[in-house]
Amino acid sequence: MFANFAAQFPIVFNALNVGFIQTLKLFFVTLVGAIPLGLIISFGSMSRFKPLSAIVKTFVWIVRGSPLMIQILIIYYFPGIILKNNVWGSGEGGRFIACAAAFVLNYACYFSEIYRSGIQGVPKGQQEAGQVLGLTKSEIFFKVTLLQMIKRIVPPMSNEIITLVKDTSLSRIIALQEIIWAGAAFMKTSHGISGEMWPLFFTAVYYLVFNGVLTVLFGRLEKKLDYFKV
Amino acid sequence: MSVLEVKELTKSFDRTPVLKGISFTLEKGQVLSIIGSSGSGKTTLLRCINSLETADSGMITVDGSVIFDGSGHTALTKEQKRQNQLNVGLVFQQFNLFPQYTVLRNVTLAMEMQAKKRPDFKQNKKSILAEIDEKAKMYIEKVNLTDRINAYPCELSGGQQQRVAIARALALEPKILFFDEPTSALDPELTAEVLKVIRGLKKSDRTMVIVTHEMGFARNVSDKVIFMADGIIEEEGTPEAVFDNPTSEKTRAFLLKDMGCPIGKQK
Repeated sequence: MFANFAAQFPIVFNALNVGFIQTLKLFFVTLVGAIPLGLIISFGSMSRFKPLSAIVKTFVWIVRGSPLMIQILIIYYFPGIILKNNVWGSGEGGRFIACAAAFVLNYACYFSEIYRSGIQGVPKGQQEAGQVLGLTKSEIFFKVTLLQMIKRIVPPMSNEIITLVKDTSLSRIIALQEIIWAGAAFMKTSHGISGEMWPLFFTAVYYLVFNGVLTVLFGRLEKKLDYFKV
Repeated sequence: MSVLEVKELTKSFDRTPVLKGISFTLEKGQVLSIIGSSGSGKTTLLRCINSLETADSGMITVDGSVIFDGSGHTALTKEQKRQNQLNVGLVFQQFNLFPQYTVLRNVTLAMEMQAKKRPDFKQNKKSILAEIDEKAKMYIEKVNLTDRINAYPCELSGGQQQRVAIARALALEPKILFFDEPTSALDPELTAEVLKVIRGLKKSDRTMVIVTHEMGFARNVSDKVIFMADGIIEEEGTPEAVFDNPTSEKTRAFLLKDMGCPIGKQK
């Protein structure tokens, strides 16, 4: 039994690493897209132009109110089945782009709400103090409120980002070859190994380790911003 | 010419009138105290003069330039408004220091932002910044906080924070410095140190407008006192006139009841 495991481990480890790279790719692409897009969405939902804020808020409600898994399926299959035009392209590349689109949209909506709470949480007096000191609107945003907002949103953002790490596994639903897919493949046959369940269980270790690293990094960031109180 | 002229200023919030036609003038170097119960419009008046609120009608002139004209005859550009803003300074009840900056940076920030707009900033960057630093240190010295220059606001007492806020406002050298209940958030001991700083400023002939509940202080620091009630100026005059010989029934009642302040000439 153990001899068997020892023989299988290097093969499984390599396969899972390949899957995990796809997981990481999706994770970072989502962050790079959703962090700025979320800011745009939050400005939209705080807009004083009512029709715009109503549209944006409805959009955020739909995205936050429905399962990400369904959103991945719709985004991937809708163009091909309904519009008869598979815009995503075929194969793993196409699946990745569709997944990334779904993740960026979904997480941008969550981030936008966090940003909104961060922006609205900065006391009005800060802006007023900037105003009476003759600062311009953009000076007030960049020099006064931004860092206070960042300090406020670090804990909820780290929560959301840790959830994102695990949520990438949902892309399994359209067979994106990320780590869960790679682990599950050994239950049938993969790399000459058949009917093994432990590789799938073992994928959890990757998530744990990666989230451990993120937790430490966010802890450091929080500590770095500890020198002032908001 | 008066350094501050307010004419027939009105302001309503959701159809509730808060200022019902306020007119007064202030001469250069004078200290004006505005007293009155909560809700009488004192703070709103200050906020209108400092452009944090826009009045509905009336006119405000600071040092000869119109900073608000309700009739719309004087249209101001954004840049003009911001320049006008620099003619007046405001010290808040809640200090509103920037928490992420040190005492020194709180004072230099606005000066630096101003300097960056100067055409010669890039050439003389070093000397301009050194000048700003020096000026900030001078004002911090004025409020006796030289030893806390690198502290963050969260490390200071309320009284110290308010003194930094005063230095921050002074550093821009406004023509008039406004105080909105500067000691209302402080306990008596800390109140004393802030009032001492304001008294010091009076000695250097600074024009100031102080909204306050400290009657004793208003009485001995002011050249002029305004008592506001229900959005109008109920009574104005020298401190002796307002505190010792109030002509209005409302002033009397306020001084007696709200403050428990003995009225001198009353039997």
